[in-house]
Amino acid sequence: MDSRERKPAILARELTKRYGDLEAVRGVSFEVARGEIVGFLGPNGAGKTTTVRMLSCFLPPTSGTASIHDLDVRQRPRDVKRLIGVCPQEDNLDPDFHVMKNLLVYGRYFGLDRRVVRDRALELLAFVALSDKAHAPIQALSGGMKRRLVLARALLNEPRVLILDEPTTGLDPQARHAIWERIRGLRSHGTTVLLTTHYMEEASQLCDRVIVMDGGKILLEGAPSGLVEREVGRTVVEAWNYGDAFVQFLRALPGRLEEVGDRLYFYPEESDHVERLFDQRFPQQERLIRRATLEDVFLKLTGRALRD
Amino acid sequence: MRDILRNASLRSFRVWQRDMDVYLTNWKTEFLPPLSEPILYVFAFGFGLGSLIHKVQYEGRDLTYLRFMAPGIVAVAIMFWSYFETTYSSFVRMYYQRTFDAILATPLLVEDVILGELLWGATKAVIACSIMLGMLSLLGLVSWPAGLWVVPVSVVAGVMFSALGLVVTSVTKNISSFNLPMFLMIMPMFMFSGTFFPVTILPRWALAIAWCLPLTHVSYLVRAAVLGWTRGPFVLSVLYVTVLALVLSALALKLMKRRLIQ
Repeated sequence: MDSRERKPAILARELTKRYGDLEAVRGVSFEVARGEIVGFLGPNGAGKTTTVRMLSCFLPPTSGTASIHDLDVRQRPRDVKRLIGVCPQEDNLDPDFHVMKNLLVYGRYFGLDRRVVRDRALELLAFVALSDKAHAPIQALSGGMKRRLVLARALLNEPRVLILDEPTTGLDPQARHAIWERIRGLRSHGTTVLLTTHYMEEASQLCDRVIVMDGGKILLEGAPSGLVEREVGRTVVEAWNYGDAFVQFLRALPGRLEEVGDRLYFYPEESDHVERLFDQRFPQQERLIRRATLEDVFLKLTGRALRD
Repeated sequence: MRDILRNASLRSFRVWQRDMDVYLTNWKTEFLPPLSEPILYVFAFGFGLGSLIHKVQYEGRDLTYLRFMAPGIVAVAIMFWSYFETTYSSFVRMYYQRTFDAILATPLLVEDVILGELLWGATKAVIACSIMLGMLSLLGLVSWPAGLWVVPVSVVAGVMFSALGLVVTSVTKNISSFNLPMFLMIMPMFMFSGTFFPVTILPRWALAIAWCLPLTHVSYLVRAAVLGWTRGPFVLSVLYVTVLALVLSALALKLMKRRLIQ
């Protein structure tokens, strides 16, 4: 590996976006290595979309710097955009054109040769399983098909960095898994992927590393599995219809206890004997003992209050 | 401003090309209005209203009402086709279809998009006005070759009204708000710019206002060309339209950029 190869695909330093008094992103710094798949997690309004929109040259940062493959997003927007593929949160396929024409016109924006674009478009339509829809109007596509077409469109310029803003929001499980499969398929090509999501499962399925954001800041980052164990442990106990005696019992155990509405969450420090202990002392107690997930980390870090 | 000049590029042609592709896909419906409009106008105003009007005194000559009015509807078409394109149609592309967002994910910059839209609006005016000119020519209402001067006039005037439309779009929050400038600016201009009657019959104060309206200059130039009058004090009108086209284009780029990038 020469020194160029070791340079990160994405580099952000103290990236900040302010709208008047509102600070949407407050000085975030991070790196994404080449070929890595990184997920930005966070509730609505956490600053994920603003961050990726700054990286993809849609929004000028108020301060701080960001670069993609060493190209500064502010100084070299055209070159940066040539290197990246963007899959926006809302579908913006061109409703005035059918599927194939959408790709052909998009390729033209990149100044690509028409024949090259046509060949790639056919390949990509096959890749996202839309070959039989090549001449369908956009209005005739389902939500999942549109999403797959947006993904195909984002790959048209053979990007080295793919930026996906909530790629599977609003899709049914089949469509979601189809998208995941495609994203995993890109890993073998060495494409760097940065995605935002608030599906915990999506992040743990796809990402080498997750970055949790809230209130415009990075709260923590790490590999999904290690993160869960480090932050909340291995096991979570959920209990309902409980009495004071049960709460007292849990308080005496080492671990973290949380009461949300009429539900009790207990994150034991030592998880091996929890189930046996419960069976002995409170066999009738309605409870669920499960593995801790990224969602527990997320809720621990960002709280349970609703965000809009 | 320097930014804008540096960032605008020939890539804006790709945006123009996109709009042109859509236009050609729908050519049957797009060509119908400029083909049928002159016929409707000629029957309603030329034959209908014109039969009540003996003749029109214009620039010291007597004209039938039909001959006077025909160039007026060409001038109106230049305004309507470009202004509507960069207001309602551009707004739909920007706001509802998010077409601009999609384009901005490619190597094109926001200046390219705005410039492409501006030129497309002007192109639509040129196409519509050429079709109308052809129709009026079939009715024997155009002198050739002087009538060809209408084309360069429609290019500059098209850019002017197209830019005016983008300026309006840049400050418009929702699509129904377009009604306001429509009734305060475009409709009065449509009626009082020497399109359907000579501005000289207006009272002095109104005449002064009429000559401030860009469409007055456009209809003056178009009428001279269509009637085959190649001599006259055209320089002032050409200058007025050209300068306004440049000023409004710069303003459109500045304001639309602000609107698109927050």
